[in-house]
Amino acid sequence: MSEVQEKNYLDNGEGFASWFFTVDHKRIGVMYLWAIGVFFIIAAIASFLVRFEHLTPGQTIVSADTYNVLFTLHGSMMVFLFIVPGVAASFGNFLIPLMIGAKDVIFPKLNLYSFWLYLFGAAVFMIALAAPADTGWTFYTPYSIETGANVILITFGIFILGFSSILTGINFIVTMHKLRAPGMTWDRLPLFCWAAYATSLLQVLATPVVGITLLLLIGERYFGLGFFDPARGGDPVMFQHFFWFYSHPAVYIMILPAMGIISEIMPVFSRKPIFGYKAIAYASLAIALISFLVWGHHMFVSGQSKLVNIIFSVITYAVAVPTAIKVFNWLWTMYKGSIELSTAMLYSLGFIFLFTIGGLTGLFLGALAADVHLHDTYFVVAHMHYVMIGGTVFGFFAALHFWYPKMWGRMFDEFKAKIAFVLIFIGFNVVFFPQFILGTLGMPRRYFNYAPEFQSLHVLSTYGTWIIGVGFILMLWTLMRPLPGKAPGNPYKSVSLEWSMESPPGTFNFDEIPTITEPVYNYGTKVEEES
Amino acid sequence: MNWLPIQASTFAPGVDIILWLVTIISVISCVLIGFLLVYFCVKYKRKSDNDQTPAITHDSFLETLWTVIPTILCIVIFIYGYVYYDQYTTTPKNAVEINVTAKQWIWSFDYSNGKKTLNELYVPVDQPIRLVMQSDDVLHSFFVPAFRVKQDVMGNRYTYINFTATKEGVYDLYCTEYCGTAHSDMLGKVHVLSKAKFASWEDGSADKAKKASAANIPPAELGNQLYSSKGCVACHSIDGADGVGPTWKGLFGKEREFTDGTKEIADENYIKNSILYPVKPPQGKIVKGYGAVMPSYKGLLDDSEITAIIEYIKTLK
Repeated sequence: MSEVQEKNYLDNGEGFASWFFTVDHKRIGVMYLWAIGVFFIIAAIASFLVRFEHLTPGQTIVSADTYNVLFTLHGSMMVFLFIVPGVAASFGNFLIPLMIGAKDVIFPKLNLYSFWLYLFGAAVFMIALAAPADTGWTFYTPYSIETGANVILITFGIFILGFSSILTGINFIVTMHKLRAPGMTWDRLPLFCWAAYATSLLQVLATPVVGITLLLLIGERYFGLGFFDPARGGDPVMFQHFFWFYSHPAVYIMILPAMGIISEIMPVFSRKPIFGYKAIAYASLAIALISFLVWGHHMFVSGQSKLVNIIFSVITYAVAVPTAIKVFNWLWTMYKGSIELSTAMLYSLGFIFLFTIGGLTGLFLGALAADVHLHDTYFVVAHMHYVMIGGTVFGFFAALHFWYPKMWGRMFDEFKAKIAFVLIFIGFNVVFFPQFILGTLGMPRRYFNYAPEFQSLHVLSTYGTWIIGVGFILMLWTLMRPLPGKAPGNPYKSVSLEWSMESPPGTFNFDEIPTITEPVYNYGTKVEEES
Repeated sequence: MNWLPIQASTFAPGVDIILWLVTIISVISCVLIGFLLVYFCVKYKRKSDNDQTPAITHDSFLETLWTVIPTILCIVIFIYGYVYYDQYTTTPKNAVEINVTAKQWIWSFDYSNGKKTLNELYVPVDQPIRLVMQSDDVLHSFFVPAFRVKQDVMGNRYTYINFTATKEGVYDLYCTEYCGTAHSDMLGKVHVLSKAKFASWEDGSADKAKKASAANIPPAELGNQLYSSKGCVACHSIDGADGVGPTWKGLFGKEREFTDGTKEIADENYIKNSILYPVKPPQGKIVKGYGAVMPSYKGLLDDSEITAIIEYIKTLK
């Protein structure tokens, strides 16, 4: 056994084949990380061009058609290639077995197959860029049926990516049921695992719906079947119902893993048990379940009935409460703690603050009368990015820094990483805060051209992308150049299981399957003075 | 700096009450959470690696507090949203109906007296209006920020907007459902007129007065105005850039090649025919490389206006 453990997972096998055919969950996680990283960069470049175009009204650098392609490329690539599969598949793969005390996921070959499917789907998606879609990432009918762009290929790519998500979800769920180490009871399960569990449920239950929807769209375009096109007797609003029935739960597929990451990091750098463990765990499940019942809030002005709008508005506010509870729990974890402001902690604090703004601005959009005004304006764009960047991407970056020693066996330059954080935090707010005001003033989204009175806010927003861009580059530069010397197994004095072995871990993670005897996040030595 | 548009309908003040209410709640919450984040970081900064910390895992009082307060706030916001939405969606009995047809990338309005306008909606002040809307092609959305109203428009069923304008003036109309190339040029204006001015517009005397004043401006300049106000701008550029339709720059006198292989010099008659019968043979001919998508302007432009547009095109060398 110990001979096997001499080599860590990174050194155990060299060359392309040792990675491409590996069944090691850690290597698969790392490969996902590289893949989503590449797509993140491509999609980010598209967004920088979109913002650059807005320096002046009318044409600045590209034509209206190219602009429409750019925002579609940005949105669809960020959603389907980066953020939906992103955190769950990369960090989920790397961490879940380490956190529950297992040698691998339960179906290692299926795991590799999921990754191949992901690559295949992504390849189809990239081929479709030969005649790139100009529909927006939502593919609303009947425009997506009539446009000359390559909608079939791109949706087929997303269809394949969906299967990758479903299989990964099944793998994670079964792994957490079957492979928890002795003593790793459900109430000792790390909150990242709880979040991954909730995410997997959503992936398994919701993804088939978008698969079916995209198949119907392909059938309509290719065979002229009239599901959604009014000219053929179809109903375009039905497409929106199908689409959001998936895409709203998908919002939580995107955010829940990041919430899990924050729940892991806050206790470590506060040296305190997570506040309200059960509340956070159950809130994850509650959010996952309620998220299936709120899709209609994307459609308040779509022409659906008044009664339906009212019902969706009520349920939408029901999902706000567990989210608020989580924020307060993270915040109170710091109370009377011993706080170290590491880079990962800074990203976590950034997450809490920006996600709070993202959540609060959701309250505007849930209110029926206010949504009539704000729907499809820049307000929605800003709200969505506060949740997706301020939330998910900040959580993702926190994870990149936090588990960096475990993943790569090296340390990075904290000082440079913190400067990158400051640039990203400031740049992000400069990009997106002005967009709230653009939205309340009535600037519609997906507009190539705009009225001159909106120019100053647009220009400010574009300047922000340059700040955040420099921040991204500095962060990447810092992480690509690790400090010399090997990282210790547990640099943060964490009590979590994934820090209990060498960094990086051996191929089989644990010499012996551990027996868990203590509660999770068992920090704090002083006797508890309050109940 | 103003963060809300002017309030010009009976619905707008209600929407703004919600926007202010939620803004105040949001600012207080953000300041509170932001302050605590910073305060905790400073106060509980790690002093040594062996700091002793208490093992606090829950606090029933606090947890109840931060469950109950957000719940109450959410209920209050929902009720405000519902009440004003209910008013907005209830059609007043004396509402005047106007039919709206959206098409890539033009709004057209049909009034009960038989009048028809393009991209310019005329309504009297303080009169409840009900728009009955449909689309000829893809989805569009009718959005007037000053009125705080928005509604998607589609091909297989009518959708409706109720509003009562409260201030005379000219307000922007946007399409807010992405509809392709010229989506961001699918713009219009809503003219809110006093009852007297509206009456004179309705019986055509305003048109005559406008014509009379139009007679005083050079035709090419009138053509320039019509280029924007009648929606030509959405598809035809004047700087040579390619659009949904051919550019107007250098158009006059140029040889055109059509999809059926024939050719013709673009003279006055060609342009007039293309405006009145854009896609209908034999007069209408589609330039090679473009689609047959332009609507007919028959009945929407009179002869002098067509002449003005032709004169304007002549100036675009």
